[in-house]
Amino acid sequence: MSIIVTDNGFSIDDREGSTCSPEALPPSSESQTVCLQSEDDPSVLADSLDRLTLIKVNFSSFSDGRGFTIARQLRSMGYKGRLRATGYIISDQYTMIRRSGFCEVEISNELAERQPQHQWMFRADWQQNDYQRRLGRINFNY
Amino acid sequence: MYQYTNFDRQFIAARNTQFRQQVARRIDGSLTEEEFRPLRLMNGVYLQLHAYMLRVAIPYGTLSSAQMRQLAIIADKWDKGYGHFTTRQNIQFNWPRLIDVPDILDALAEVDLHAIQTSGNTIRNITSDHFAGATSDEVEDPRIISEIIRQWSTDHPEFQFLPRKFKIAVTGCATDRAVIKAHDIGLQATRRDGVIGYQVFVGGGLGRTPVIGKLLCDFLPKQDLLPYLESILSVYNTSGRRDNKYKARIKILVNALGIDNFRDQVEARFSSIRKTFASPDGSFIDNITSQFSPPDFTDRSVSPFEESYQTNPMFKQWVDRNTAQHKHEDYRIVTVSLKEPGQTPGDATSEQMQVLADLAESFSFDELRISHEQNIVLPHVHKADLPLLYNTLKKHRLATANIGLISDIIACPGMDYCSLATARSIPVAKEISTHFDENNMEQDTGEVKIKVSGCINACGHHHVAHIGVLGLNRAGVENYQITLGGDATENTAIGDRAGPGFSQSEVVPAIERILGTYHKLRHDAEESFINTYKRVGITPFKSALYPAAKQSR
Ligand code: HEM
Ligand code: SF4
Repeated sequence: MSIIVTDNGFSIDDREGSTCSPEALPPSSESQTVCLQSEDDPSVLADSLDRLTLIKVNFSSFSDGRGFTIARQLRSMGYKGRLRATGYIISDQYTMIRRSGFCEVEISNELAERQPQHQWMFRADWQQNDYQRRLGRINFNY
Repeated sequence: MYQYTNFDRQFIAARNTQFRQQVARRIDGSLTEEEFRPLRLMNGVYLQLHAYMLRVAIPYGTLSSAQMRQLAIIADKWDKGYGHFTTRQNIQFNWPRLIDVPDILDALAEVDLHAIQTSGNTIRNITSDHFAGATSDEVEDPRIISEIIRQWSTDHPEFQFLPRKFKIAVTGCATDRAVIKAHDIGLQATRRDGVIGYQVFVGGGLGRTPVIGKLLCDFLPKQDLLPYLESILSVYNTSGRRDNKYKARIKILVNALGIDNFRDQVEARFSSIRKTFASPDGSFIDNITSQFSPPDFTDRSVSPFEESYQTNPMFKQWVDRNTAQHKHEDYRIVTVSLKEPGQTPGDATSEQMQVLADLAESFSFDELRISHEQNIVLPHVHKADLPLLYNTLKKHRLATANIGLISDIIACPGMDYCSLATARSIPVAKEISTHFDENNMEQDTGEVKIKVSGCINACGHHHVAHIGVLGLNRAGVENYQITLGGDATENTAIGDRAGPGFSQSEVVPAIERILGTYHKLRHDAEESFINTYKRVGITPFKSALYPAAKQSR
């Protein structure tokens, strides 16, 4: 079981179940969950954004920042649904995660023990001290 | 100068609190060493050979007197009484203890300084022309957009974990004193039909693969600056290589794609990214712009200057060498040399920092600049004040009249401090400067730029030196390779390798042979080293460097 981190703290994943890669997305069906890897180009989802209810973007390592730009691209393409960062992310990155357009982070139990809720909440003030917003860069928060 | 707002101060305070907590969380195990490393780097803390090093940003090279004084206090309290000014317009403290770093950061914050993004795979401290706002040929003061870019890049959510470090340099005029084409992005202000915009160069860099930046955009309108920069970084962040750190800089990506293909990708992304920027509040930009308006220059008689200039030859020599034309005819731009022969290039003692702070306060509208050539600039000095300034500098061993000459050497820290070094660079620089100072060859040789790096990472800019010295390690012995004909100005050129390297004791004689060849071949004293080299090419220099090889053939 994984733990979901939002601005309100830890919770249990309410959306456990299967996800698929963008290639495996069945042509027009019910709402779907996809998972993008760091090397994926989010524009392949351009025509499916309306029916996606959850997009996960996987971070293979916290030091590989591609996922931040992928999230930003999805938001600027018009995706307004749930956007989740998964994989290896540390609490010190929570601000970046939120400002890039993610709603939430999925972390392992092991990490949740090592970096408990209060360490994530310490960064939940991500709307403060935002240089980019002052310069006109729009944050997409859904 | 840009004055911090409450926003900037709150940002720094919050950031310092976060870092203090990160240090504590490293100690209690919440953060692994691997996780802590990029966090300490993006706050300026390096691990060197003997100790931690703290690299403090001097944004676009501008400092106030109060800031300089605080640097002196920090050097005394937490270091060994000196600091090292670098080619990247930073100051490095070589001996702080990790547990003291949060306190040092708080001390910096008291004077609106910080160490944010001076390291790590982030957008680094923006560098610029050290004569900004004082030189006469400027389209625009480059510090205006440097400050805007500083704000945009600070804690940018997408770009804190890039494939590799990212360096941006800005110049406000066609004369390039910021080596913009040796940066990941170089910007040059230009005017078209009366409107100010920017030429954008991309993919320049030094290091093991030196590349000159390529023209990406000939005229970028001002209002597109941030979305366009963001588009370049966006492409780089998703497509730059992450499998090999030696191939991770943007120059490798640009070369792999080709500049035209790279430009297409940037423009494709720009078409959507531009829509994610609301036009920033105009008054916000106007406010930043107005903070760089020129100081109130005064009209005073320059006769004290004329008198000293006629009667004191030492003073005259210093004025001719170390001061440059200012946009106001009664003022000069003064460069204070941190290159007294035999000293470590770029080092300043806390006492010297205090003196410079006082002098800037009295004579230069409270402003100092750090140049990438590791000297200190007082940008706006009235000619009438020059004699007193000179005398004070002299008392503190800061009046060496050698700007642009042999002993004005750039050198990286090398083996004395750096864990990546393959050879020493500071002792070599000291030997060169001492030798040519003693044999009095310097003034007659005129301008020649010597730059020394202690390994192929090229922090000492040797690729763009007229005479570059690269310290390597050959089977356990230090070996110095020489390059010739590099150029760090707007005519950017990478130097040519002269041939096999030299042992440390052979470096000075080798440079002597190079300079001897120049003296023989130059038309007259007006023809500089680099112009002579460009005219005659490398061959005569090679023959002088390797006479034995010629005989044996
Ligand atoms: C702890 C000491 C230092 C370390 C570990 C270090 C490391 C490096 C490395 C690995 C590179 C090559 C980057 C690449 O090619 O991708 C590099 C480049 C560079 N460094 Fe340093 N450096 C240090 C100190 C300095 C200092 C003191 C300066 C300024 C005097 C400096 C300025 C530069 C410059 C100008 C470059 C070349 C420009 C470029 O990035 O392509 N570095 N450094
Ligand atoms: S050039 Fe090499 S030795 Fe010199 S500072 Fe850079 S990494 Fe260290």
